[in-house]
Amino acid sequence: MSQKFTRREFGKLFAAGAAGSALGAFSGVKPLFAQEKRVVVIGGGFGGASAAKYIRKLDKSIAVTLVEPASTFYTCPFSNWVMGGLKEMKDIAQTFDVLKSKYQVEVIHDTATEIDPANNSVKLQGGKTLAYDRLIVSPGIDFNYEAIEGYSEEAANNQMPHAYKAGPQTELITKQLKEMKAGENVLICPPGNPFRCPPGPYERASLIAHYLKKNKPGSKVIVLDAKEKFSKQGLFTKGWDKLYSDVIEWRAGSMGGKVMSVDPAAMTVETEFGSEKGGVVNIIPPQRAGKIAVDAGLTDASGWCPVNPITFESTIHPGIHVIGDACIAGKMPKSGFAASSQGKVTAAGVIRLMQGKVPAPPSLVNTCYSLVGPGYGISVAAVYKLTSDGIVGIKGAGGLTPMDADDDQLTEEATYARGWYNNITQDIWG
Amino acid sequence: MSRKLTLWLAAGLISAAALSGCAGQTSEDGANQAQEEEGFNPRGQILALSCASCHGTDGESVGIIPGFFGKSSTYLENALLDFKNERRYSTVMGRHAKGYSDDEIKLIAEYFGWVSQQTTSN
Repeated sequence: MSQKFTRREFGKLFAAGAAGSALGAFSGVKPLFAQEKRVVVIGGGFGGASAAKYIRKLDKSIAVTLVEPASTFYTCPFSNWVMGGLKEMKDIAQTFDVLKSKYQVEVIHDTATEIDPANNSVKLQGGKTLAYDRLIVSPGIDFNYEAIEGYSEEAANNQMPHAYKAGPQTELITKQLKEMKAGENVLICPPGNPFRCPPGPYERASLIAHYLKKNKPGSKVIVLDAKEKFSKQGLFTKGWDKLYSDVIEWRAGSMGGKVMSVDPAAMTVETEFGSEKGGVVNIIPPQRAGKIAVDAGLTDASGWCPVNPITFESTIHPGIHVIGDACIAGKMPKSGFAASSQGKVTAAGVIRLMQGKVPAPPSLVNTCYSLVGPGYGISVAAVYKLTSDGIVGIKGAGGLTPMDADDDQLTEEATYARGWYNNITQDIWG
Repeated sequence: MSRKLTLWLAAGLISAAALSGCAGQTSEDGANQAQEEEGFNPRGQILALSCASCHGTDGESVGIIPGFFGKSSTYLENALLDFKNERRYSTVMGRHAKGYSDDEIKLIAEYFGWVSQQTTSN
């Protein structure tokens, strides 16, 4: 995922960047008020809402318009807790009221359908066209349904939810878990790297196992993995041995884990080693940057968006910044925390660029909690800086919950996981 | 500093210079000038922004994770150094504090000290 540039390529990119910015100032689209500088943000999730809030918090002279289709945003973090019966949908619902009232962000609930980088404008489904001085795109992910034979968006909405964007599919899988017969199995099928929230499928396996143990005697979670190893594997495996030794079974890609095709009507999954039937089947397909980023030509051959690691400005279209899961951020994982950290760094960078000042070198963080059981939390943390190899984790810092952590420490981590959610959502939408 | 890194930083300078119509300002000059004009160091700000995700905006916590809004720069600097050097117990804070040099910790502490002075509520 790390991006390398030769010196010449880099010089070219930035000559282009400077020229692009200068041209932008003379483009045909005029802002409403001659003096006002406007940033448009596409996407109201962890990245976009953070950027919108922090631009307004740090520089009130810049107007910010946030485009987000949903009036209530359900967070992926803690959506596994809903499936496990530990939280309800209302607990993971975020709204834009505080961004509007306290930070005077103009929030438009619509979908951005077209970006015109030459004219600094964005078209919305509802018919509006928005002019921007700088654009921040935080579209999250889209799914490559076609990568799995037999799978489709329709199958995801009706029989085999991915539940990897929180919302109706989170409710569907939770309902399916309640309605499945005791003794039936739950199949969770995570994709290969890179994908959103690397520990997500394994926290999901843990909390669904917690639910099954209580409510569906004889039922198991079978994880059919496309990979040979996964995030926080040692810690998860230790927790599973302790809490769910007869309830969770994980199969590596080479051990029959790789899903070849699915039959949504029959609720079956084909692997190289044979067929598996599930009472609940959770297919998490491979992913790419959200649709608007692809349509606007912000992605490269990888399906993700290359950016300048100081300000997250696109190396393809100057004046447009891409943050969150959609961008290629060196060694940072695609997580809500990482997206928020990038959103804030981008907010500070955009402000300084608009003030004609030099952006400060970036400092980025990721802190990610997973719940193995209600009183059993684990975490991974990293602090990132920019080097000639791009954004990398600082050696000697960060890392995992120690393998020899005692019960008290694991309980503390579970408590802090709840505190983490309260504060990160307050910091973004509150 | 490596050549490529210098180029990245220089690139930022070119972008900014193109916008403002002024050139010849180094990154460090820019930071110092900003501190005089704005009261805070932009590098300190960049380093400090991540903290709010766990500790609340400006360090005003709404959950069980301790907040630090209103604490002095000196208090914050000492606390961070204690976490970094494992003189103070933590689950995850020590893992974070080790990611910053002592100078960076000072900048973070100064930024939040400044924020607390500026803001009565965020």
